[in-house]
Amino acid sequence: MLSIAAFLEGRYAQAFPSFGSERMGAPVMAFCRISDRPIRLREPVTNPDALIIQDPTLLQQVSLFEGLQPDGFVLINSARSLEELNLASFLKNLPRNHTLAVPATELAMRHVGRPLPNSTLLGGFAAMTGELRLASVLAAIRQKFSGKIGESNAAAAQAAYDLVTQCMPIPPLDSLTRRTREEAHVEAD
Amino acid sequence: MWKQIEGSRAIAETVAMCRPQVICAYPITPQTHIVEALGELVKSGQLAGCEFLNVESEFGALSVAIGASAAGARSYTATASQGLLFMAEAVYNASGLGLPIVMTIGNRAIGAPINIWNDHSDSMSMRDSGWIQLFAETNQEAVDLHIQAFRLAEELSCPVMVCVDGFILTHAYDRIDVPLQHQVDGWLPRFEPTQVLDPDAPVSIGAMVGPEAFTEVRYLAHNKQLRALERIPEISGEFYETFGRESGGLLRPYRLDGAETVVVALGSVNGTIQEAVDELRQDGIAIGSISICSYRPFPLDAVRRALSDARRVVVVEKSLAVGLGGMLATDIQMALSGRRHKVYTVIAGLGGRAITKASLLKLFHQAKSDALEGVTFLDLNWGVINRQLARETATRRSGPAAESILKDLATLPTKIV
Amino acid sequence: MPFEHIKFYQTGTFTVGNRLLDVSDRAVQSDARRSNALNCGHRACQGCGEALGARYAVDAAVRAAGGNLVAVNATGCLEVFSTPYPETSWQVAWMHSLFGNAAAVAAGVAAAMKAQGRNEVRVIAQGGDGGTADIGLGCLSGMFERNDDVLYICYDNEAYMNTGVQRSGTTPAAARTATTPSVGSKPGNVFGQGKSVPLIAMAHMIPYVATASVANLHDLEYKVEKAIAIHGARYIHVHVPCPLGWGSEPHDTIKVARLAVESGLFPLFEAEFGEVTERSIIRRKQPAEEYLKLQKRFAHLFRPKRDEERLAAIQSIADRNIQRFGLQNGASS
Repeated sequence: MLSIAAFLEGRYAQAFPSFGSERMGAPVMAFCRISDRPIRLREPVTNPDALIIQDPTLLQQVSLFEGLQPDGFVLINSARSLEELNLASFLKNLPRNHTLAVPATELAMRHVGRPLPNSTLLGGFAAMTGELRLASVLAAIRQKFSGKIGESNAAAAQAAYDLVTQCMPIPPLDSLTRRTREEAHVEAD
Repeated sequence: MWKQIEGSRAIAETVAMCRPQVICAYPITPQTHIVEALGELVKSGQLAGCEFLNVESEFGALSVAIGASAAGARSYTATASQGLLFMAEAVYNASGLGLPIVMTIGNRAIGAPINIWNDHSDSMSMRDSGWIQLFAETNQEAVDLHIQAFRLAEELSCPVMVCVDGFILTHAYDRIDVPLQHQVDGWLPRFEPTQVLDPDAPVSIGAMVGPEAFTEVRYLAHNKQLRALERIPEISGEFYETFGRESGGLLRPYRLDGAETVVVALGSVNGTIQEAVDELRQDGIAIGSISICSYRPFPLDAVRRALSDARRVVVVEKSLAVGLGGMLATDIQMALSGRRHKVYTVIAGLGGRAITKASLLKLFHQAKSDALEGVTFLDLNWGVINRQLARETATRRSGPAAESILKDLATLPTKIV
Repeated sequence: MPFEHIKFYQTGTFTVGNRLLDVSDRAVQSDARRSNALNCGHRACQGCGEALGARYAVDAAVRAAGGNLVAVNATGCLEVFSTPYPETSWQVAWMHSLFGNAAAVAAGVAAAMKAQGRNEVRVIAQGGDGGTADIGLGCLSGMFERNDDVLYICYDNEAYMNTGVQRSGTTPAAARTATTPSVGSKPGNVFGQGKSVPLIAMAHMIPYVATASVANLHDLEYKVEKAIAIHGARYIHVHVPCPLGWGSEPHDTIKVARLAVESGLFPLFEAEFGEVTERSIIRRKQPAEEYLKLQKRFAHLFRPKRDEERLAAIQSIADRNIQRFGLQNGASS
């Protein structure tokens, strides 16, 4: 959906999972590159500009943050704060407002009725990084999911966007700097 | 029409637009999304006049395509890895009989050890079967090559494999210009078979041919591929005229001007290679690359010409001729026979190991200083190798090699795969 | 060969060549306008049961299909002796692909005809027992399971004859083949192995399954014509003696086939959607021995001395068939 949102803004995007045999409950990683030029690189993202962690139980794996850019963003799906997650000190070297925990599952439950935080997190991502416009994210969600499901997912994303915008008094980085942005996000089925 | 779409989905939509009449499918990672999407298009009626068969094995799949093609229908199937091997007998049968079947190979490693990730060992195993083999560098090219494949196959009465890197391309969402039905209709003519099972004009297809004529029949197959060498660039040109895109052809050079070092590769790794070339050029290093699209027939003359000014060639390939070195490298060396180029074989990306720009930069630096061995395995973990060899020397009953290695690796920190 | 008094069967008999019968009772082969789909000049052995069966079956199929027939053939005797380069004996649209894929290739032909709107074209697949029961079973089962519109005809001579008489999945117990030689304490093929492809076909619940024999050529033609009129997956299993492989006299082919039927060793029946619907009643039951005695592949059961135990075992196979398919009283059990 991230790649579709970028596409809708007229940008180039490449999205792919780190591939494994289809298995319910197994950790899954997915990558997305967004650029204003055609993307030729074909390798996993090892130095992300942003990390979206959909399943906080995976935080046990310290190497999750390996390679994250010094000015990278971290968005974690959790109702607990970064301090409660024992991450505050770990992420303290990142710029202010580049790290955030968002209760995406709870928001998804409220708006969609299912604990599927994917779309919700994208709304938070848009707010935190300013990399994509909310309108693009919502349009991508509606393209992926039709009808009521699309609407409810979009509502959840909107809610996350609003929540994040509230938490961040300083406006997000302007993405007018034209360079390839790479994001990775971690999720579990 | 521009779409942000999964490679497999784009391929399926494009194949559907070629109006195949019989599609047969047997699931195998990583081609499943293609045939599933096609099944949906048939069932929903969007692809009309097409019979979709769920077959019982890959051998069954290609056999169905053989029968359908012989009966005058445009036929399509897709497979990978183990599946391609399972239908090996039928692969040779299809080309031997001259049936213009188009088949997508979602390139995947062949086991043992079982591995679902990308490399070229599968299509390489069939490289001398008489099928035409075209490699896609991007998902856009994967889409375009299928349209070209049907025309090429039917003109020559020769089956065509379109090779698309499994997962790396098939499962990636990319910005792709998916053609429109009227464009394809205008470009791809109806299938007019050179031989057909028709009760009104009966013929016998599949005779036994003895020593007195077998060589001649085989020479004609060889001749067909030589003619393909002419047609492939022409078809690519004809494609450009209608669709406005460079796609296909025999090979594509990248920054060869004054390039002392030229990297040659098949498929998607060329994108990463081009990024590395750009970086090195910025540092003033004379390097370029060639992406080979038509692997069979192998464009000996075109390769020879393209490499004529190079001093050294680095072949980066996702295939291994066990005990020997490279497969693509061997063909490159044949093209360069009599010339004084240094050819370095680099075996990379086997079983889906990522080929990173960082590794390539290091590799190309070594190459330009001629500090490479004749055959190099990129990013090989020598610690693991040496420990395994030591284990095998120490005990007779050293157990399954793959298991021991995996156990060994488990003690190392987790890495992003 | 010793002189044999030739008996002529005249008016009122059902000899296949008899043109003096009522039109509706005449065999296809007696019709001067038959298609001769498998034309003369092929290279089959003298007395080949398969050539006989194929000729009758395919001409019947062509007539029933109104001439709109395509045949797909597996590798095997029939394919090899009918298409020696540069000749072909086939006068129908015919294709040979591989050994184990006749059913799948035929399914492809049928799909192509359907996609091209040629609904009048009927497709048959042909194979020997090796290409059907063993190496071709996967594709055959797939074709059955999909209910593809194909009539598969298996010519069962109970071994891989073309390659020199090796055992197949339908080789009967105690039979000598090159890979079940008549040596050792238990010469010939073992008991307790082998498959019944007709029963396997029935388990797929396909519209029509039948067994037939060159002993009753009218019956073979009838079953083929009946099958051609049905749509969906159909299977006919034809028993065809191979004089060379069985060690029988070429002029005994029909006699041997008839003894197989009349002993119960080869039951003749029809089935629809998994249930037996018709069977041929045995009028004069013959001891299994009478059948075995005519074939050198069973010679070791009689010489140097009679193997009573195994002869009895074969007899009980015959008896069991009679009981199971109701070949004497008309009801299966």
